[in-house]
Amino acid sequence: MLSVDNLVVRYGAVSAVRDLSLKVGRGELVALLGPNGAGKSSTINALTGLVTPASGRIVLDGQDISRVRTEDRIRAGLTSTPEGRHIFANLTVGENLRLGAAIRRDPKGVRQDIERFLALFPVLSERYGQAAGTLSGGEQQMLAIARSLMSRPKLLLLDEPSLGLAPKIVVQIFDFIGELKAEGLTLLVVEQNARQALRFADRVYVVSAGTLRHSGPPSSLADEHGLFNLYIGG
Amino acid sequence: MDYALQQLLNALAFGAEYSLVALGLAVVFSIMGLVNFAHGEIIGVSAYSVFLAAALGLTSPIVAVLLAVAAAALAAVAFERVAFRPVRYAPTTTGLLTAFGVSIVVQNLFMLLISPKPQSVSILNGLNQMWFFGPFAVSSLQVMELIVSGLTILALVLFLNRSTLGLAIRAASRDFATVRLMGIKANRVIATAFAISGALAGIAAVFIIARRGSVSPDLGFSLVLKAFVACVIGGFGSLAGAAAGGMLLGFIEVGLLVALPQEYGGFKDALTYVIIVALLVYRPEGLLGQRVELGDKEI
Repeated sequence: MLSVDNLVVRYGAVSAVRDLSLKVGRGELVALLGPNGAGKSSTINALTGLVTPASGRIVLDGQDISRVRTEDRIRAGLTSTPEGRHIFANLTVGENLRLGAAIRRDPKGVRQDIERFLALFPVLSERYGQAAGTLSGGEQQMLAIARSLMSRPKLLLLDEPSLGLAPKIVVQIFDFIGELKAEGLTLLVVEQNARQALRFADRVYVVSAGTLRHSGPPSSLADEHGLFNLYIGG
Repeated sequence: MDYALQQLLNALAFGAEYSLVALGLAVVFSIMGLVNFAHGEIIGVSAYSVFLAAALGLTSPIVAVLLAVAAAALAAVAFERVAFRPVRYAPTTTGLLTAFGVSIVVQNLFMLLISPKPQSVSILNGLNQMWFFGPFAVSSLQVMELIVSGLTILALVLFLNRSTLGLAIRAASRDFATVRLMGIKANRVIATAFAISGALAGIAAVFIIARRGSVSPDLGFSLVLKAFVACVIGGFGSLAGAAAGGMLLGFIEVGLLVALPQEYGGFKDALTYVIIVALLVYRPEGLLGQRVELGDKEI
């Protein structure tokens, strides 16, 4: 589904991502773990095209999208729920969901999808006409993920879905992520909260200081306990 | 009574015109952070298009009105494509200086290609008549200005609340990167914002030509300064603020004209700005502006 080769992201003289390669297979949930500042978000932003990599190749479904603009990558079936959620606070919950479906041309299907998410998250239904900025952090995260799904992506990138949320809410969010995987969606999840991310992960990549340190099944992290503690912690 | 009504209409008509032009500035500023000082030249292009069409034999006022609006929208989109797009990601001062550059170049083109002197345009004079409602005589132009501005603002509100592109413009005013993550083309959102901004300027241009009966190279400049002030009063970037600020400015100006004795009439502008400064001391972010929270990490 997604194949990244030798990705390099630089901000001026600072290298945020150095020679990173990873693969996500169809239907897989892959976790990208690492401490703060490891280059995880830079990787995601390079994948969506919001930052331009210095070098490297990104291939989605056999199509080289390294030089493709963000808007066209979304149209090619990739989308991301950014770190910090970035819901449109001045728009209503309903308008957020509608914008998520901006690339679709099937109004009927869009309405059905909106109804589906409202049934799934009753709180979004209650607040449908309210400004999304009035939602709590957890509700905003649910809205942000639902908004991403409105474009019917093939591959969803989730950047720190647990950020700033209460532990109970984090568990709910990851339950939902697990359901998405069960439905057949391909996911790349970036997290600092390793325990939650590992619940449904098929494979794990660990990065620190912009470099890939480890890759393998989740069990491999448990084997190498030192690695788990060193890069991820508790 | 007649006098009071006349002055009220004056204030509303001036306010409506400021609101239209201020909205044009605000819609571009809100999504791009660009203070488009070349907005006055969009009004200029619109006015000179009508002048040229009339000189070439156009006689229909309706066609002239449509031409004015279309030319302004096209000019705004062209300014964006040629001048502002290359500096889109540059610091905001670069955009501001670019806008001044565009303004100077276009004004000089009017002078070189047409004339530095005002040129008479009479095609829209028919809009400016006296209407009699019982005992009251009112200017048809002012009534139309009020009604058309109201309808235009209503149409803009509907567009921004109902259409996907309108939603995208509102969303982009806070978070452009995430709008692109929805698969919405940045160029399209920005071009639409400029086209709206231009169309609003074109509507204002129609009323200016009808009132003055002439066009000159600096036609839009002082109006844009006023509109800029209206935006500041309302809160820069807030669309509702720009409309409200424009209306308030109209009322302040006309109110001062009425209140000041004739021999002090020259103080009108100075006093207007004193009132605005006082207002800004009380509310530095403008009437409807919001302090931007700096919280989440930028993406």
